[in-house]
Amino acid sequence: MLEQLFAPAVIIGILASGIQLATPYLYASIGEMFSQVSGVLNLGVEGVMLIAAFVAYYVALKTSNLILALALAALAGALMGLLTAFLSVTLKAEQGISGIGIYLFGLGLSDLLFLVLVGTPTAIRGFPELDLPVLSSMPVLGPILFSQNILVYFAFACVPLAWFVLNKTTLGLKVRAVGQTPEAADSLGISVARVRYIAVIVAATMAGIAGASLSIAMFNIFQQNLTSGMGFIAVALVYFGGWRPFRVMLGALLFSMVNALQLWIQTLGIGLPSDIAGMLPYILTIIALIFAARQIVTQPTALTKPFERGE
Amino acid sequence: MKVRYTFFIIALVAMLALAACATPTAAPQPTAAPAQATAAPAGKPFRIAVVMPSAANDLAFSQSMIDALGELQKEMGKDKLEFVYSENMFNVTDAATAIRDYATKGYDLILAHGSQYGASVQDIAPDFPNTAFAWGTAVDTFKEKGVNNVFAYTVASDQGGYVEGVIGAKLSKSKVLGALGPIPAGDGQLTIKGFEAGAQATDPNVKVQTTFTNSFSDVALMSQAAQTQIASGADVLTGTSQSVVGAVSVAKDKGALWFGNQSDQASLAPEIVVASQVYDWTVALKDMMAKINGGTRGGEVFIMTFANKGLVMVYNPAYKLPDDVKALADKTVAGLADGSIQTGIK
Repeated sequence: MLEQLFAPAVIIGILASGIQLATPYLYASIGEMFSQVSGVLNLGVEGVMLIAAFVAYYVALKTSNLILALALAALAGALMGLLTAFLSVTLKAEQGISGIGIYLFGLGLSDLLFLVLVGTPTAIRGFPELDLPVLSSMPVLGPILFSQNILVYFAFACVPLAWFVLNKTTLGLKVRAVGQTPEAADSLGISVARVRYIAVIVAATMAGIAGASLSIAMFNIFQQNLTSGMGFIAVALVYFGGWRPFRVMLGALLFSMVNALQLWIQTLGIGLPSDIAGMLPYILTIIALIFAARQIVTQPTALTKPFERGE
Repeated sequence: MKVRYTFFIIALVAMLALAACATPTAAPQPTAAPAQATAAPAGKPFRIAVVMPSAANDLAFSQSMIDALGELQKEMGKDKLEFVYSENMFNVTDAATAIRDYATKGYDLILAHGSQYGASVQDIAPDFPNTAFAWGTAVDTFKEKGVNNVFAYTVASDQGGYVEGVIGAKLSKSKVLGALGPIPAGDGQLTIKGFEAGAQATDPNVKVQTTFTNSFSDVALMSQAAQTQIASGADVLTGTSQSVVGAVSVAKDKGALWFGNQSDQASLAPEIVVASQVYDWTVALKDMMAKINGGTRGGEVFIMTFANKGLVMVYNPAYKLPDDVKALADKTVAGLADGSIQTGIK
């Protein structure tokens, strides 16, 4: 039975679904990383994803224009980011608590809008799979890497981009500075509040794209609580990745591959109880968190701490 | 700092655990036959309150009940039947509060529409001896525990699954069928077992692959499960629970066929939904109302089958089913109804 799992077609299948499943996590956690590096923990990712997923779905349903749907979903994310930043930066609210508030707000609002504006779920036509010329016909790697929808490619492109912005640009330096020693940054004339606003809004915009990647690329449908916990996993992945883009990507891929693996284990009829198979990714995440807790060194020092200017 | 961090990690783990939690709407196996009766009109309207786990428009379990009540109300008139409902009661404690509230308000019948509500009903019903309660999908009326005002209702969904399996085996080109479910229990599992039995009985060479996602709400995982099924060769799929909407859309994208369950799911993707087994709760509801009007408030189990029309195959008019396959499906439904065909699922 178990040798079925090592058949080439199955391995390609696992890797391809793993990469696809990783997409929403990548957008959400790369974004969240920016916010956290600047010192703001945004636990509301899930709520932002839900609202944006609905917006993308609704726009695609009404106009069939996927680019517009994606843009408006990103905008909805940005607005939620503005709200988050206002609560966490300007009002200096306890970030864990206000994040839960944003989550519940997003959960409730997306459901309400869905009920009022749509009612019965209908499938839409989302982003199609895009076979990259030449590359997609490569043996083995072709179907894994180069036969996905466009949002998958963008998600992976975001990783080196995020690394570059964070480590090689002035903005990245400022973001890290306000997350490590806001007092020092402030004394050098950097506006801590402004940098944090930017970081939080970028994070929420990406959470918005993550939501859209679900409703108009992956499932092509919206339903109440569509994300079912993905946003929280994205937050966990940032810790797992130690606030470094490539390690966050590794975490997202690992989590998704294990999820894809458990589905294949069941589909192939390998005699592992579905409960055990289903638990695998979560057990892995919890173990990952325990490991992450050991490498506290890399955590942005000012994370979750509102900045009070010493007079 | 460190303390706060640890607290945060614990909170995060707790949230993950919550996210991983499934909310079961499971059903035990049917054991008794339903009573045959029709509703007798009373002077004042008959008032029903429903508490259900998911949204009233979930195209699945909860919607099947709301559709039935709407149908019944149309039939009887709004002056004869009133109903109210509380949806999204995934949380059993909230549901129990709602059940008690409705009982206090004097409804004639309170439907706890989810098998996770059994303990709450057993607890609350004795406090309101003049109110009738019903819960499902379940077969335990708590009569042996001295409770006399609780009905139980369930559905022989293995029968619908069987018919879907028969049609699926005929339509499949790859001879691989896929079945998706939330947890290996309840009417979902009955459907899948029936599906397997029907497919095997029609063509022993057909393989049925089964996946359970362990969640009633995880649309992402259910979609990916559908994708995995299709990637491993399945070209005909079925699935239960409100989380299948994404799976239907995946099937549509990849050109696989779909069989709906609980509610008519043709509207999700008219191109590929062949047929749905629809739960028509009006059958059980009419029986129950007749009993209540006659003074009986509980102690009986209602099981919906093809025979009593509580289970109906609804064919999607937009999908062209070959005549010989449709004829075979009709023959199978008739056979299951008169008992000449048995699903063999216990």
